[in-house]
Amino acid sequence: MRSAHKFKVYDFTDTVVSDPDSPAREQVIAEIVQRLEPFQVDSRSILGSTVITKDLNIDSLAVMDMVMELEDRFDISIPLNDVAEIHTVDELADAVLRKIGSR
Amino acid sequence: MGIFDRHRHLIDTYRTMQEAGTDPLVTMERVLSPTEALINGRKTLLVGTNNYFGLTFDKECIAAAVEATRAEGTGTTGSRMLNGTYAEHAALEAELADFYGMKHCIVTTTGYQANLGIISTLVGDGDYLVIDADSHASIYDACKQTQATVIRFKHNDPASLEARLRRLKDEPGNKLVVVEGIYSMLGDTAPLKQLVDVTKRYGGYTMVDEAHSLGALGEHGRGLVEEVGVLDEVDFVVGTFSKTLGAVGGFCVSNHDGFEVLRVATRAYMFTASLPPSIVASVRAALRIVRRDGAKLRDRLWDNVATLYDGLAAAGFRLGPEHGPVVAVMMPDQMTTVAVWKALLDDGIYVNVAVPPATPGGLCLLRCSLSAAHSRAQLQHMVERLTAIGRRFGVVAMPQRKRAVAAG
Repeated sequence: MRSAHKFKVYDFTDTVVSDPDSPAREQVIAEIVQRLEPFQVDSRSILGSTVITKDLNIDSLAVMDMVMELEDRFDISIPLNDVAEIHTVDELADAVLRKIGSR
Repeated sequence: MGIFDRHRHLIDTYRTMQEAGTDPLVTMERVLSPTEALINGRKTLLVGTNNYFGLTFDKECIAAAVEATRAEGTGTTGSRMLNGTYAEHAALEAELADFYGMKHCIVTTTGYQANLGIISTLVGDGDYLVIDADSHASIYDACKQTQATVIRFKHNDPASLEARLRRLKDEPGNKLVVVEGIYSMLGDTAPLKQLVDVTKRYGGYTMVDEAHSLGALGEHGRGLVEEVGVLDEVDFVVGTFSKTLGAVGGFCVSNHDGFEVLRVATRAYMFTASLPPSIVASVRAALRIVRRDGAKLRDRLWDNVATLYDGLAAAGFRLGPEHGPVVAVMMPDQMTTVAVWKALLDDGIYVNVAVPPATPGGLCLLRCSLSAAHSRAQLQHMVERLTAIGRRFGVVAMPQRKRAVAAG
C-alpha cells in the first residue's frame, strides 16, 4: 500500500506532525484548551481536570458551540446527549478520541 | 444547599437589575389595543408583542370567541383524547390542513407543546434529531425529552448541516431536521431551499417551525415554506396561534399517511386540557381573515417593518441581518441593554429585552416586533425616541449627514 502511494505518504509525513486520522491525546487536549482560552478565569491555566462549566466563565450555549467546532475539526458526531455528561477537559478529550476511534 | 440555590446566578442578575431600578418583568396594567397598553400608569406603545397582524382586538375574532363561550362554555375541562375534542377543534384542524394543502393537522394547546410533543414523539431511540444551533427553547426541550440522538448544526448553514448528515449517512435510524422560518431573536430567515435540498439528499425528514412567519411570508401567508416554494417538499410544518392569529395554541400539519398516530403517542397532546371554545373560535376567525385580507395586512406589516428597520439603520444602530417582523437592535452589553430598555419604557415605548443565554452568540438585544396595526407615525416616533436614547447612552453616534445607500 505504502509504496503505491509513495509520494503522497512522503509528502504527508513531512509536513504533518501527527496523523489527523488518529491524533494523539495531547493534540486533542491542545485543540480543546485553545478553544477554551477565551473563557479562562484569572489566567488560571486550563488542565485536564478543569471542570468546563464551573472553572471557566462559559455558558452552556458556548460549550455546545465549541463541541460543534470539534465535530468539524475531527469529522465526528458528538451528540448533545453526550455533552450533558461531559464535565472536564479530560472527559471531553476522551469523548472525542472515542468518536475518532469508532469513525 | 437550599432548593433555589442552583439558580443563584439568575437571582443575582435579577437583583442587580431590580436595584438599578430596571425590572424587565413588566405587568401590562391594562391592554388598550394591539399597539397600546397601560404600563406603570402610563399609556405605552407596544413594539414587542408578536401581534403581527394586530388581530387580538379584531371585532370578528372577539365576536366569535364570545359566541363560542356562550354556546359551549368557558373551557373543555379535558384532554383531546378524552372529552376535550369538540367539533370545532376538528373543524379548525381541517381548515389548517386545507390552508397548507396538507392531509393532516393536529392542534395542540400551545405552540410550545406542538414542538415539544411532536418532535420528541416523531423520533425516538436509534433515530437522529438534527437541529439548528439557534433553535427556540421549545425545540431544545424536545431534545431533552426524546430518546433520539441530538446533533446541532451551525445556524442557517447548509454546509454545516450537510457535514453532519454525511457523518450519519450509514447510521440506520430516521433523521429529522428541524429549522425555523424566521428566527425569533434576530429575525433572520432560514436558507430553507438549500436546507431542504441537503436533507432530502441524505434521506432525512424536514420540519419547519413557522411561528414567526405564518401570515408574514408567502403569497397566501403560509410562511417561508411558501415564500421559497418548498411547501410540497417539507414533511412537517409547525406553527402557533399566539402571534399572527392573536390567541394561544399550536399546530402541526403533514401529508404523511400515519401522521394521525401522533394523537395517541404525543404526551404533550394527550395529557393536557384542550383549547377552550373561545380560543378555537377566535383562531378560526383569524385564519379566515388571514385568507381573506392577508395580502393587505402583509403589505401594512412590511411597510411598518421598513419604517422601523430603515429608520434605526439610518440612525446608526446595528440590526439583525434583514427586514422582518422581528427587528433586533444590538446593544453593547447587558447593563446598557437594560438601561436603554428602561429609558425607552419611561418614554412610553415597550420592547423586549433579550440577553444571553436566550440569545445566540452572546448578543444583547432590544427585540422589537412589528404589527400591521401600528401606524407609521407610531413607528417614526419610536425611531426618534430610540435614536435620542441611543445617543445619550453612546450606542449610536451623534447626528451626522445620512450616508447614501451604496448602489450595486
